[in-house]
Amino acid sequence: MRFAVLQFGGSNCDYDAYHVVHDVCGVDCDLLWYKEGIAKEYDAIIIPGGFSYGDYLRAGAIATRTPVMQDVLRHAGAGRLVLGICNGAQIGAESGLVPGVFTTNEYPKFICEWVHLRVENATSPFTSQYRSGEVIRIPIAHKEGRYVVPPGVGQQLLDEGKVAFRFCNEEGQCTPESNPNGSALNITGVLGDEGNVLVMMPHPERAAEGILGSEDGRRLFESMISHIEKQ
Amino acid sequence: MSYTVKITISLKEGMLDPEARAIQHALSNLGFATESLSTAQVFFITMDVPSAGDARQRAEEMCERLLANPVIHSYEIEV
Repeated sequence: MRFAVLQFGGSNCDYDAYHVVHDVCGVDCDLLWYKEGIAKEYDAIIIPGGFSYGDYLRAGAIATRTPVMQDVLRHAGAGRLVLGICNGAQIGAESGLVPGVFTTNEYPKFICEWVHLRVENATSPFTSQYRSGEVIRIPIAHKEGRYVVPPGVGQQLLDEGKVAFRFCNEEGQCTPESNPNGSALNITGVLGDEGNVLVMMPHPERAAEGILGSEDGRRLFESMISHIEKQ
Repeated sequence: MSYTVKITISLKEGMLDPEARAIQHALSNLGFATESLSTAQVFFITMDVPSAGDARQRAEEMCERLLANPVIHSYEIEV
């Protein structure tokens, strides 16, 4: 089993993701500079957080148009796992791996705080180690994280089980007050059509060890590993 | 021929424009009452193409493939 973490100019959560996969979970992992492309076949590719290309034009817009993303789309098309975190989520949405777009927060400032998420779908390759409806604690850190979809699409995604995570309060209620950035229906983790792609604004790699204040994020990586082992 | 196109990328009608809201609020603090305020990005692009029609077509392709995100943006092109 081998993971890869993509690195663009401006990625800054690449080593965090690598650390969790390689050191915490004990899985082989390569850091891949985007200009080198993805020559090998990987079981999972992580597009990490950061500010690729300085967020010029729109967050994730320029990284999405680099040749390496064709390799990512090819991996996703072959059923391999692709996880986009924060800037990686913005890139994933811009790439069309999931519907919608992550854009400027309802209140346009950078938010860095711990939030509660409700696990909406615990059957995906990314969430099998959670319980459906479970409330987990994971931090966010973004200014462009408000999930926007055309009218009706958010509910459709929920109905179809394509929503992995929603912002909620401690009791698991998805209220306006527990929606830090104004995302449609509190949605902040979206699965692709085939379920093998997940993009999410919160940072599971920053909540994978007790010393960091929460271990809830580790189970996301363990879910991926478990899914790959079963194949 | 060298043509310059002006491309204006705006948020679609009804889309929340948080930066515009903040700017409007700041203007209000300075005593400027405004009925509405929206933001847009403007690009001036010069290209060597045979005709004005070609320049417009290239600009449209640029919008579709990079400059605009169809989920939230509309665009206008002037040649």
